[in-house]
Amino acid sequence: MSFVWTIAEQFEGRLKDVSFELLSRGRALADKLDTKLAAVLIGDKVSEKALEELIHRGADEVYSIQDPKLADFVCDSYSRILSQIIKQYKPEIIIAAATTLGRTLMPHVAIKVNAGLTADCTELDIEPETGNLLQTRPAIGGNIMATIKTPNHRPQMSTVRPKSSRPLALDPTRVGKIIQVPVTPEMTATQLKVLGYRKDAENFVNLEEADVVIAGGKGMKKGENFALLRGIADQLGGVIGASRDAVDRGWIGYPHQIGLSGKTVSPKLYMSAGVSGSIQHLAGIKTSEVIVAINSDAEASILKIADFGIVGDLFEVLPEFNSRLAARKEAGK
Amino acid sequence: MKIVVTIKQVPETSNVKMDPETGTMIRSGVETVVNPLDLYALEAALRIKETLGGTITAITMGPPSAEKALREAIAMGCDNGALVSDKKFGGSDTWATSYTLAQAIKTLGHFDLILAGERATDGDTAQVGPGIASWLDIPLVTYGTKIEIDSKASLVVERLMEEGYQRVAVPLPALVTVVKEIGFPRLPTLRGKISSKAAEIKLLNTENMELDPTSLGLKGSPTKVVKIDTPKVTRGGKLVHAQGEDGVVKAVDELMEFLAAKELV
Repeated sequence: MSFVWTIAEQFEGRLKDVSFELLSRGRALADKLDTKLAAVLIGDKVSEKALEELIHRGADEVYSIQDPKLADFVCDSYSRILSQIIKQYKPEIIIAAATTLGRTLMPHVAIKVNAGLTADCTELDIEPETGNLLQTRPAIGGNIMATIKTPNHRPQMSTVRPKSSRPLALDPTRVGKIIQVPVTPEMTATQLKVLGYRKDAENFVNLEEADVVIAGGKGMKKGENFALLRGIADQLGGVIGASRDAVDRGWIGYPHQIGLSGKTVSPKLYMSAGVSGSIQHLAGIKTSEVIVAINSDAEASILKIADFGIVGDLFEVLPEFNSRLAARKEAGK
Repeated sequence: MKIVVTIKQVPETSNVKMDPETGTMIRSGVETVVNPLDLYALEAALRIKETLGGTITAITMGPPSAEKALREAIAMGCDNGALVSDKKFGGSDTWATSYTLAQAIKTLGHFDLILAGERATDGDTAQVGPGIASWLDIPLVTYGTKIEIDSKASLVVERLMEEGYQRVAVPLPALVTVVKEIGFPRLPTLRGKISSKAAEIKLLNTENMELDPTSLGLKGSPTKVVKIDTPKVTRGGKLVHAQGEDGVVKAVDELMEFLAAKELV
């Protein structure tokens, strides 16, 4: 049985959205290969009902490997478990998210199971003649797209960016099988000890999984001015990003940094103000669905790649935009 | 404390120019630099050395000219360098690269800690660091933002993940990949630059390393590049000018319409 697998993710017992996004990618590949799609979930306290949602959103089978010792992701035990079930069930293809988990676990497992791995794929397809997985990814700051395949090794492994595909609609009539994989102490053994989490509200943001990112750059002039962006982000349900210039000036913390030395975002809407658009920054936003940019310099690179660009003073445009959003919300009520 | 820092020589991308005809990067005359994200790993190593003492070896795999990257690392304060270079390593993907580097690190002898940048700015995979840890079978912590020295036998690492900062205790030897928050990289000192010229660079190749010849280079790489495309640079968007009070209102009008049409407001 040649399976397509996706790696589901959980935090504190709740499945993360990216688990469902991966299933829509996996479903398309499994259908082309006329095979089954399975989701693999390693974690703890994920309910039967939540696992069923994986089936309702495209999976034929769910491998559930749960234990209190697996509540937090640590690479060694997760890698041992995934490698073990790969050797046992021999999937053809494994897709994980390019999250901190996927980008840590997948390269570790690829070595253990002697497989090829391609990072940050934007497109996955099946080569009709061979059934090989064709993986397309941006390289050199998004300036080229490379198509990669793994002809002689199995499984073929890929990571894809969060938000780069949409979950399938919930279909409660879909049936599938949940397989509880028995967990032994040998499987959960780890040399790492998770001591806890620190979430510093001021300085922390989940940029990669945001639908809307409002970013500020050097043109914001000082840290306090980011309040202008916050007002807009709050109205659009978005989060704040920043260019390296803004972070290096200490206006906002590193977790907000977008670009080659920060994060890559793929939101539905990326909007920037006072960001000129260095090649490093553009590399981090190219997979956004819609790019809106405000800049006073008509020659700024970011305006060349924007779907909608405004040449103007951000200190005039942003307040006007903010009040229009507020008015629209008011009118909608 | 014996620390190994893995670095990569990459094209300097801040002045990258694109050929408007072909849409490809103009590579001729492009300078090479130490991968900017590796500078954070070097900085982290230097800070640990300042506290605990010890030695830092910078290691890189690449063409003979990658020696320059090692000398730059030594100028920052590393003690010595190792250049892993052989024609047979050419065309390695991340699987083969991490295998070769892991074997090279083994060849160098005892180490307590390997530090790596989160990823390289050219390949952008973030796979080689975790791959090396997997080959060496040592604990792996990625996205490190802070390293606290617990004792000479273990560290506490804070790592940046989607949900916040995770604190992890990790026994040594281990491999930690770090991100920018770890600390601002220092500049090479004049004394460092002078001593880097004479510093020892160990050459590692197929002659003096224990290697499985079937796991090397292009032939030993599971992944094969089958096609390279250059995507369009522009998205062909709309550009409006917001000049004067009316201009601003009109521009925002158009923006609101644009966003409404895309169902974003």
